[in-house]
Amino acid sequence: MSKILIIGQQAEGKLNSGIAKVVSAAKAIIGGEIHVVVFAADGSAAAAQAAAIDGVTKVIQIDRAENDHGLAVIIAPQIVALALTGYSHVFAAGTTFGKDLLPRVAAKLGVQQVSDIMAVHGATSFDRPIYAGNAILTVEAPASPCVVATIRLASFQAAGDAAAAAPIEKQSLDVSLPTHTRFVSLAAQKSERPELQSATRVVSGGRALASSENFSIIYSLADKLKAGVGASRAAVDSGYVPNDMQVGQTGKIIAPELYLAIGISGAIQHLAGIKDARTIVAINKDPEAPIFEVADYGLVGDLFTLVPELESKV
Amino acid sequence: MKALVSVKRVIDYNVRIQVKPDGSGVVTDGVKHSVNPFDEIAMEEAVRLKEKGKVTEIIAVTVGGAKCEETLRTALAFGADRAVHVKVDEEIQSLTAASALAAVFKKEGAEIFFLGKQAIDDDAAQTGQMVAALLDLPQATFASKVEIDGGKATVTREVDAGLETLEVDLPAIITTDLRLNEPRYLKLPDIMKAKKKPIETVSLADLGITAAASLKRVKVTNPPKRSKGVMVKTVDELVAALKAKGLI
Ligand SMILES: Cc1cc2nc3c(=O)[nH]c(=O)nc-3n(C[C@H](O)[C@H](O)[C@H](O)COP(=O)(O)OP(=O)(O)OC[C@H]3O[C@@H](n4cnc5c(N)ncnc54)[C@H](O)[C@@H]3O)c2cc1C
Ligand SMILES: Cc1cc2nc3c(=O)[nH]c(=O)nc-3n(C[C@H](O)[C@H](O)[C@H](O)COP(=O)(O)OP(=O)(O)OC[C@H]3O[C@@H](n4cnc5c(N)ncnc54)[C@H](O)[C@@H]3O)c2cc1C
Repeated sequence: MSKILIIGQQAEGKLNSGIAKVVSAAKAIIGGEIHVVVFAADGSAAAAQAAAIDGVTKVIQIDRAENDHGLAVIIAPQIVALALTGYSHVFAAGTTFGKDLLPRVAAKLGVQQVSDIMAVHGATSFDRPIYAGNAILTVEAPASPCVVATIRLASFQAAGDAAAAAPIEKQSLDVSLPTHTRFVSLAAQKSERPELQSATRVVSGGRALASSENFSIIYSLADKLKAGVGASRAAVDSGYVPNDMQVGQTGKIIAPELYLAIGISGAIQHLAGIKDARTIVAINKDPEAPIFEVADYGLVGDLFTLVPELESKV
Repeated sequence: MKALVSVKRVIDYNVRIQVKPDGSGVVTDGVKHSVNPFDEIAMEEAVRLKEKGKVTEIIAVTVGGAKCEETLRTALAFGADRAVHVKVDEEIQSLTAASALAAVFKKEGAEIFFLGKQAIDDDAAQTGQMVAALLDLPQATFASKVEIDGGKATVTREVDAGLETLEVDLPAIITTDLRLNEPRYLKLPDIMKAKKKPIETVSLADLGITAAASLKRVKVTNPPKRSKGVMVKTVDELVAALKAKGLI
């Protein structure tokens, strides 16, 4: 029987939208319990949200002032203590939070981590992408002491709402925490637009936009389509848009129904982020651009005339 | 203060990866390899700290087979003073690599360790965090800015929500993101000089390490291929196609 512990990533009382996808991955391991643990200063709100996800059998709420900013060095030793109480699996979302945190847990438990699970074949058998998704590795993880893994969110549908909420149990762990790492600040981009990783439509712009002012035509089309906005690394590096908008191997991996790549050449590192997009549309002035090899619909021409025209017609 | 930088030999990022027909892995023979791009960024950061007088010595380290010596030579050309080659011929996985790297860090008495945030072959993005865990040290991953002052490092990190800043006591483990810096181009004289710099070779046994239990590689396969779609000629055609599919 499996007993799966999912790290209930949260921020400011809101459970990360990826957790329902991690629950789906956990449900693919047939039979057993699925617990979500929420670490926060006050995790009540996030715990209630976790309890409402179908498949979750228990939520553990660990409130402690130090948990406030979700620092890996603070959360990891608490997860290790919890994991040793008989869990067969520890799962986290493949977000920057999960990627930062979980290897620290794996090393403490003395196990290799399975990074970015994209398919579950059984309790210890998984697929994961390597080489920017250009190859798929099937691995068999040792079952003991436990399987530690991050879940590639773009590969799983979110679990639905539970018919009845799972019980929430408050626990305190007697673990001493380090003081060598201190949170200073978070400069978060506040946006009214749909979040990139859960948006059903995404419009991305590349180097061709040539300035942050010009990016307004991307935002404007996105708003008309109620879409999230992404970018290539070149656009981020050039300072047109902030880093959290980067899509790709080293940015965000997304799976929208509709992806529009505008003035993006289609480097393999960029494509790694959009492999799971249902429909890809590319607008590029170069008919030879590699993006056209993966696009469902390609349109050759100057984005500065085509994008405003598109906006006026949708 | 000594800085340690790890460099991993990977298939060059421009190479089109080919999966072997027997599913045992990807084709590596005769394929161009280079230093993991994130490790070049790590090297560059250490060199800049040395130029600023914050770091006195840079040691490059790799874990791998004989061919990794090339990788170390590149690191030496960047500006590492010397290198440590943890020689392993069999396949090793992250936790074992991390144990070896942690042992070298301790043995050298280094105070700052720069690693790439991920190796572009395995894309696991875990080694730095594992090293930090094994040494019970602070970790600042996905760094896009590092400032060192008075036994502390202030690190800006690229996280999903934006940019997070942490302050960590040294010694500390830092993993580099793309925007930390732009690595310099290597000049021929530096490449020549690197040939004379010392490389020390050690084994896992020398470091007192036994390989951790591994993930078993069952098979490596090709991802499902996206087929080439259609080219439309006008915006009207595009809009009609998207409407027909119910996408807009
Ligand atoms: C280790 C590593 C990791 C990386 N990770 C990522 C990643 O996560 N995400 C990512 O995106 N990249 C990543 N890259 C970078 C990647 O290799 C490419 O350099 C980058 O994606 C290029 O961005 P781009 O397509 O916007 O720019 P370019 O390649 O310069 O393409 C611009 C395109 O715009 C077209 N264009 C120009 N003007 C117009 C116009 N007026 N109208 C229409 N089209 C026009 C051009 O024809 C061209 O195709 C990574 C690279 C490395 C080495
Ligand atoms: C089932 C399986 C089979 C594998 N088989 C092979 C194989 O046959 N041959 C093979 O070469 N690899 C193989 N690997 C990959 C190998 O295990 C990885 O190199 C190792 O796990 C390190 O992880 P990573 O590359 O994902 O590091 P990441 O955590 O992504 O790397 C982050 C950083 O850590 C540092 N780093 C990581 N490893 C090293 C190293 N060895 N030396 C110096 N610095 C390092 C670098 O600074 C790097 O930028 C296999 C992996 C698995 C899971």
